[in-house]
Amino acid sequence: MTENVRIERSSRTSRIFAAAGLLIFVLLVTAPFYSGRSALHLLVEIFSYLALASLWNLLAGYSGLVSIGQQAFVGLGGYSLFTLTMFAGVSPILAIFLAGLIAALFAMPTAWIIFRLKGAYFAIGTWVVAEVYRLTFAQVSILGGGSGSSLPTQVIQSIAPTRAIRDNLIYWTGLFLIVAVLATIYLILRSRWGLALAAIRDSEPAAESVGVDNYRAKFLVYLLTAGATGCVGALISLQELRISPDAAFSVNDWTAFIIFIVVIGGIGRMEGPLLGTIIFFLLREFFADWGPWYLMLLGLFAIVMMLAIPKGIAGLLADRFDIQIFPLRRRVRLEEPK
Amino acid sequence: MSDLMGTILDGILLGGLYALFAAGLSLIFGVMRLVNIAHGDLIILSAYIALVASGGLGLHPLVSLVIVVPLMASLGYALQRSILNRTLGKDILPPLLVTFGLSVFLQNALLQIFSGDSRLLHAGGLETLHVDLPAGVAVGVLPCLMFMVAVAVISGLQLLLYRTGLGRAFRSVSDDQEAAQLMGINNAHLFGLAMALSLSIVSIAGVFLGIRTNFDPSIGPTRLIFAFEAIIIGGLGDLWGTLVGGVILGVAQTLGAKINPGYQILAGHIVFLAILTFRPQGFFPKTR
Amino acid sequence: MMPSNLLETHGLAAFYGDFQALFGIDFHIEPDETVAIIGSNGAGKSTFLKSIVGLLRAKAEAIYFDGKAIGGNPAYRIVAQGISMVPEGRRLFPSLSVEENLLIGAYGKREGPWTLSAIYEIFPVLKQKRNVPATALSGGQQQMASIGRALMANPKLLLCDEISLGLAPVVIKEIYAQLERVTASGTTLIVVEQDVKQAMAVADRVYCLREGRIALEGRPSDLSREQITAAYFGL
Repeated sequence: MTENVRIERSSRTSRIFAAAGLLIFVLLVTAPFYSGRSALHLLVEIFSYLALASLWNLLAGYSGLVSIGQQAFVGLGGYSLFTLTMFAGVSPILAIFLAGLIAALFAMPTAWIIFRLKGAYFAIGTWVVAEVYRLTFAQVSILGGGSGSSLPTQVIQSIAPTRAIRDNLIYWTGLFLIVAVLATIYLILRSRWGLALAAIRDSEPAAESVGVDNYRAKFLVYLLTAGATGCVGALISLQELRISPDAAFSVNDWTAFIIFIVVIGGIGRMEGPLLGTIIFFLLREFFADWGPWYLMLLGLFAIVMMLAIPKGIAGLLADRFDIQIFPLRRRVRLEEPK
Repeated sequence: MSDLMGTILDGILLGGLYALFAAGLSLIFGVMRLVNIAHGDLIILSAYIALVASGGLGLHPLVSLVIVVPLMASLGYALQRSILNRTLGKDILPPLLVTFGLSVFLQNALLQIFSGDSRLLHAGGLETLHVDLPAGVAVGVLPCLMFMVAVAVISGLQLLLYRTGLGRAFRSVSDDQEAAQLMGINNAHLFGLAMALSLSIVSIAGVFLGIRTNFDPSIGPTRLIFAFEAIIIGGLGDLWGTLVGGVILGVAQTLGAKINPGYQILAGHIVFLAILTFRPQGFFPKTR
Repeated sequence: MMPSNLLETHGLAAFYGDFQALFGIDFHIEPDETVAIIGSNGAGKSTFLKSIVGLLRAKAEAIYFDGKAIGGNPAYRIVAQGISMVPEGRRLFPSLSVEENLLIGAYGKREGPWTLSAIYEIFPVLKQKRNVPATALSGGQQQMASIGRALMANPKLLLCDEISLGLAPVVIKEIYAQLERVTASGTTLIVVEQDVKQAMAVADRVYCLREGRIALEGRPSDLSREQITAAYFGL
């Protein structure tokens, strides 16, 4: 009796989720036609956090590059947008993408320097770099120095003639960004590059011994994440219409919250940031006006999660119930002989 | 000229404080490869404990060390054995993320208890006492004291590590955790002792910091960065190198501040990045 | 537990994650005996020693030492009770000098005849090189240092894991000669050996392990070459 063996990626649950995802996407695209301003604003925030969390997860969970300095590129993206629109007359939506490019450019010398550090020291190094950018921008007076600046009216009006269309354009750009980020990450992880990154994360010497160029793989993923993070940073500052060094380069907003999202949702899985972002925004709804207690709660939550459920909720679901949303794992399926 | 010399001297002495920040961090990394992201916040916590102790009991902050040091040491032991020991292993994420969570927790707990107002430990005039040196340079007594304490602490640590049974145990466990168990060493307990020692040093640093500058719950992370920069500049694994690293950082900062007070911290970061670029192994690297 | 035995194991099992390396090992050794454990690579010899010394978790009643159930105890407690191991690959501490390596062996402060001078007496070369970093020694010297380090814990039972690996025959001979002095002074010894001839020469009894089970047991004089080969290779 011969048995046929088939290797496939998607399971029934992931196919169900794919169908649901399509439905959700249609709902989201049409949201401006049935949602109010604040709902759209909130959605852009959710897209932004989800994007940042997914990107951080790609770096830390898949590639083993733990950065606590991604706020450097959020801020760089924001400041690039302000500079491009205020002083180079670039159209704001276009500037979002150019800002990402600029962030990626800055990521090159950054990586060249801090890749000399390893592990936890690399992490702190990324933080130092972010601090350098923050302190430097605080000295640039044409961008408002330490107190920052607001986006000038003519720049705002150059996005679109009415406020409603402006909101919609920013919203759709945000939706486009999150879809692009998730799609890119998914494709990377399915590719040879993704396999190489996972190998590096698990064991750098072993990866090298099978021919992976560790440095190049890490360098490229760091650049890509920086660029995408820069785009998100530009989007955020465009929506806020304001920028300041402390807000743009905030460790709390762009690293602490992001880390909590990924830890609680599940590191090293694409579903993690998705679950984590949902939980984060729910928690924020209920507890944000608790002030410091809210952050203490998050901190404790992260500690407990890391100790008790290190793979996060997504990991728990995958291990216990074999639930996967994004089909990434290869499964061996035995076929009954006909 | 004497102005410049005074600035450099200030920077050198400031390096003593930074070395104190760094010594505890370096010890923990050496013994158990743990980088404690909450390290800076624990320094600030010590300053607050000293604030309460000296305020509540009418003690001079330096005298309150008698309370602060044992308290922080016990906290360190408890923290290590209850939480941090469980994060140790091959994966770098758990200790990093747990100590990061701890950092956020500590900052906000302090914020909740003490509010964000700036505080200062009052040392009865010690802060302003100075000695006049030749060439018109004046040097503060407090900075000198800080530097001497840093030298004493590092000497003490070296003595402990290289001349005592406990130090031998620390070095063994750092080399090979499994073989260390075969010697009868209880690794969990030893790591607890190492953290207790680290936080003892942290508490001394915290009290000096509190006397020297205004502090509030948010300045912890920057102290961690200074400690880290001192270690990297000096070279991993060498405590005296860390002192040199602290001095270089201190001088970079005071010179930067002389040009423009807003440049102080930035100057330190830039010198750190420059050294990382051109001499990444630091000045006195110990091969590990 | 039979009172005449120093160490007994009953149905000892060992796992590396989901992988089972030992299946129901029944073993015993009397005081002052020397027992050798032989077997091919992966048979479970080192796993057996690691289980006894506490580096691998065992059920409490699976291991009895000196009348007490010690299974499940952490290694540092078992060392304190009088079992010491010379690990495979020697595993001296690179940051410590030769003398410091010996001294750390005495961390548990157990009373007994083995002091620094006693170790230097059986291994004089270690005294010459006392301040040298331990890893600067030759293979044979490192093995002596590792044995000395284990002895400094003044064990009642000494476990030696593959001490002849990578050493020249003349060095192996010398080390085993000194080990005889050790056993003569009242230390019970279990040696895990790849070198069957050496094992048979030094042991009172021999166990042969194969794929995590005992395939043969007996006195060297009672066992024929054919029996051993059959047990060793499973033919």
